[in-house]
Parts: sequence; structure tokens; C-alpha cells
Amino acid sequence: MTSNAPIAKRRTAPDATGVPVTLRGVRRAFGRTTALDGLDLDFAPGELVALLGPSGCGKTTALRILAGFETADEGEVLMDGEDVADVPANRRDIGMVFQSYSLFPNMTAAENVGYGMRVRGAGRRERRERAAELLALVGLPGREGHYPHQLSGGQQQRVALARALAVRPRVLLFDEPLSALDAKVRLQLREEIRRIQLESGITTVFVTHDQEEALSLADRVAVMRDGRLEQCAPPAELYARPATPFVAEFVGTMNRIPGTVRGGGEVEALGRRLPVHGSAPAEGTEVDVLLRPEEIAVRAAADGTATVQVATFLGGLTRLGLRTEAGLEVKADLPSREAAALAPGARCTLVPHDGAVLVADRSAAG
Amino acid sequence: MPASTTPPATPILPRVNRRLRRMRWPAVVPFFAFLAVCFGIPAGTLAYQAFMVVDPATGESSPGLDNVSTALSGAYATGLLGSVRLSLLTAVLATVLGAVIAQAVVNSRRSALRKAIVSASGVFANFSGAPLAFAFIATLGTTGTVTRLLDLSRTGFSLYTFTGLVLAYLYFMVPLMVVTILPALDGIRVQWREAAASCGATRGQFWRHVGLPVLTPSLLGGAVLMFGTAFASHATAAVMTGSSVPLITIQIANALSGNVLVGQENLALAMSLNMVVIALLVIAVQIPLQRRSNRWLA
Repeated sequence: MTSNAPIAKRRTAPDATGVPVTLRGVRRAFGRTTALDGLDLDFAPGELVALLGPSGCGKTTALRILAGFETADEGEVLMDGEDVADVPANRRDIGMVFQSYSLFPNMTAAENVGYGMRVRGAGRRERRERAAELLALVGLPGREGHYPHQLSGGQQQRVALARALAVRPRVLLFDEPLSALDAKVRLQLREEIRRIQLESGITTVFVTHDQEEALSLADRVAVMRDGRLEQCAPPAELYARPATPFVAEFVGTMNRIPGTVRGGGEVEALGRRLPVHGSAPAEGTEVDVLLRPEEIAVRAAADGTATVQVATFLGGLTRLGLRTEAGLEVKADLPSREAAALAPGARCTLVPHDGAVLVADRSAAG
Repeated sequence: MPASTTPPATPILPRVNRRLRRMRWPAVVPFFAFLAVCFGIPAGTLAYQAFMVVDPATGESSPGLDNVSTALSGAYATGLLGSVRLSLLTAVLATVLGAVIAQAVVNSRRSALRKAIVSASGVFANFSGAPLAFAFIATLGTTGTVTRLLDLSRTGFSLYTFTGLVLAYLYFMVPLMVVTILPALDGIRVQWREAAASCGATRGQFWRHVGLPVLTPSLLGGAVLMFGTAFASHATAAVMTGSSVPLITIQIANALSGNVLVGQENLALAMSLNMVVIALLVIAVQIPLQRRSNRWLA
């Protein structure tokens, strides 16, 4: 696990209204299942943090504890320095967007958006004006009178976003809000969410199991596993310098290459000695070296030890599926111009890059 | 390149669909045949006979409104109003009690309790008619077990009254309402409550602004169904109270069997026609409510 201290806010608007949020030692169990096991996480004002992890890792439980829909067995939830553990959900000043939209079916889009203001005693005219303003902000001008069943999934989620923003929340929470939408709408709405979040400057927590979504949207990504935080870092750092083998393999594509630890903090793999990132296991230990597809150079060679199995054109890059003489499957990314000489069936050699590499216990895949 | 002589592929699909649609029709013929024999013919006969007046002297029939006007006046009007009053009261009580019990089941989130209550409700909802009346007489009748045990006769309670009928009707109507309203209550999503809470709403505000408005069509639909069930019930009242509580179903049975006066069959049919009209009104109210409810809770 690495430090989860928030980074300085870089992209929020100057009138940012977000507050700092902290989860400290939060523990939550459902019967014998531990959903959160001492989670520590800090969110800077105006920051968008994505909680990423496989199903059952505790990311939704963490979000629901922040929202006040679940209570922590142990630990503290601080919003703007105040412990909100005993504050009910309806008094936390949070806005939440759910996976299944959850619009009130008996209300129009405008009434849904204005609902939070209604329970706060705002007048009909003020609610109508604010709803119109927010529906325009989320790209739905003129849909004030539409009921949820008259709107598409993407439009309903936009209304849900407007509803969450209407009460000017201190914290915005998103529980996999895009997973029920088709790919095109998902991409559009993702950009809209980011734009609006940057404009409003509200501290935002975004739960997702889609790593592309997390990496493209968030200031920082918190990777969770078994109720614990594995690493919380900006997307580029998470990808380039994963703190643990789990993060390395969960985020992006990763090859596991068998290697042997040698002296001097080095590991030998693919015929080369490479420096080990962090502390190296004892000399002679059999390990897996974790290498990304772009960290392996492929050179055509008639006497090479690997064969190209498949080449997938990805635009500027081509991903090669290779098999070594030892039966090891390896993926490597090459500029498409260089890959032209490496058609399926071609022999080649694999050369890992020179940088420090992560190593994992050979038996601990995933 | 010459123009293709191959016809476009798309027109084939509508042709196939039309053929498939034609092929489906025979499947519903038995249903419509059943509907015609068991509902259409009796309803037509009922409507026709209700407007035929029999001359007691000659025994000849001629068209007229005498039966219908008699069915809406005097003791018969009292019976019709008595049935409406009993049905309205039991419908309201069954709706409220059934909804409260069903909501408790939904809230409990215990599958064993839910299964037990749903199964029991299914059984009790169908336990009506003469067996139910005898069960009530054995327990709450003048010499019933509970009546003697609690000495209810001293309180002035009598099962053979309007109140007694209300109790007996509720016995099968409350479970029927539980079974009817449970799916609608299940349709109230937890996330609506959470969304309302995140907007700042209290539990009461959620129910006032979202829960009850969403449930209203289902509750009204359920109430309408309860009304119809109570309105059409006959055997329980016939066994328990006979003619002492005026109800239209008892009066129809009396007129048909000649218990009071002979030759009143067409009057009975006119009273039945009144019931059919009220039942149709009930259905006319229920259908749009059910449609709205289905759309909201889908």
C-alpha cells in the first residue's frame, strides 16, 4: 500500500466549493464477510477520485458509508473536518448519482431536479428556474416536462446528475453511473460529468469497475482489493509505477515473464538482467517479472526464440500475440510501421526494456 | 455494372411477420370461445331478459323497464346500497390493513417470513363462502368458542349483523390485498429512498412525495378489486345473516329461487344487470390505474 495523501488540485475552477473528505480506519463487515478492512483515504477539496477494483472489493460500501446509507463498524468519516458518522444521509449535503438512474417516476424532469430544493422549502418559481438552468447545463434544455419513462437511459442519467447538483452539495458521489449505458453515450456523459465537476469544483468520489473510465476521468485513482486500499495515485503514476503486483495487473495489460532473482537486486528474464523495483526477494527465488506490452521490444530474427501468433492493428500501434519456444504467451505493442515486418508466423526475439521491473510470487497470479 | 435483378431482402421480413401473426390467431380461439360461452351468452341473455316484462295474467313477455325500475327502488334499492356500503367499508379496511401488513413483510427482508405470509395469504384469500361462515359461527357465533371464552355476548356483540359480515369479509379480503399489493411494494426501489435522502428528504417526506404517489394507482386498483370481491360475495352472507342484512346478492338469490314471491326471475336478472354495470364501472376505473402503476413500477 502506498500513501493516499491527496495531490494539489490542478484543474478545478477558482470558485471551487468542494470540501476535504477523509475516511480513517473504516471497517465494515456483513456477517462473516469483511467489506472494508481499515480503509484510509483522503480526498482534497474539488478533487475527483475514482474508486476502482474488482467486484466485492468494498468500493461501493465505502461510497455508501460516505453517503450515510451504511454505517461503519469502526473508523471515522470526516467531511470538512467534521465527523459525520452520526449525521443521517439527508443532512450530509451530498449529491448522489446511482447506476440505475433512480429518478422519481411520478415527477417530471424539472420536478426531479427541483426535489432537493422542494424539501428545503424553496419556492416553486425558484425551483423551476434552477431546474431549467441545470437541465441546460447537462444538455437537456426543453425537457423539463418530460417524465422519466419518456427519456432514454442517457437522458435519465443526465437528469439524475442535475438533481444531484441542484442542492449545491458539498460532496458528489457516483455509484457506477455509466455502466448501464451504451458505449457512445457512456463516453459523452463521462466527458460531461468531468466538465461539470471541474466547473463546480465539488469534491467527487466516482465508483467504477471500468479502469478506462477511472483513468480518463479522475485526478487520482484508488485501487481497492479485499476491503483494503492497494494504491491511490494519479492515473499516469498508477500505470507507470504500480505499487503492487495486483495494481500492475489490474490496471492495463501486463505480461508475467518467468525469471530468477540474481544478486545485486536484479532479476534475470528473457535472457537479460533487469533491476528490481523495490526490495528484491532472496537470490535464486523463482519469480514472475511484470512487463507491460510496450516494455518489450520485438525484433524480427530468423533464429529468434518466439513466433508471432496474431497481430492486431490498433491504429498507431499494433499488438502482437507471441509464443516463445518454452510455450510462454506474451503480448507486445509496437508502432504499426515496425510491426509490418512481423506478420503471423514470423520468428523474432523479445527484449525487455532497461528500467526497473516489478516482480511477483510465481504462484500469485492476479 | 448492370442493375441487380435480385429483389431486395428486406420486404421478405414483413411478409414472414404477417404470416407468423396469422399463424398465432388459432392459439387464442379457445379463449374467445370460452369467453363467448361463459360470459357473452349469459350477459346477453341477462341484458335481454332484464328488459322483458312478464304479464302475470297471461304469462306473456313484452319489452319494458319495469324490472329495472323495480330493481332500483324500495327494498331492492336498500339491498343495492347495503352491498355498496359493505363493499366500500371492507374495501377501504382491507386496503389499509393489507398494505400495512405487506409493507411490514417487505421491510422485514426475511425470506422465510415472506414465504410463510404469502403462502398463508394465498390460502386465506380463497377461504370464503359457506366454510368461512361456518368457521365464524363456530368461533364467534352466539355459542361460539371465542364468544363464550371472552363472554362477548355481554358486550352486545353479534356476528349476525353488518359488523359481523365486515369481520368475516375482512378475513379473506385482507390476505387477498396482501397478495395483490406485495409486487407494487416490492417495486418501490430502495434507491428512490436513498436518492430522496441524498436530496435532503426525511423518511416521511419520501413517502409523502414519492412512495405514496407512486403506490396510489396500485392501492386504488387494489381497493377497486376488493370492492368488486366484496360486492360479488354471496355465500358467506347467505349462511351467516340470511336476509337480516339487506344485500343485493341475497335478494337476487331470493328472487331466483322464489323464496319471497314466485315469477321474479326477470327482476333478479335486472338486479344482476345493476351489478354488472357497477362491476364494469369498477373495471373502467381499475384499468387506467393499473396501466399507470405498471409504467411507474416497471
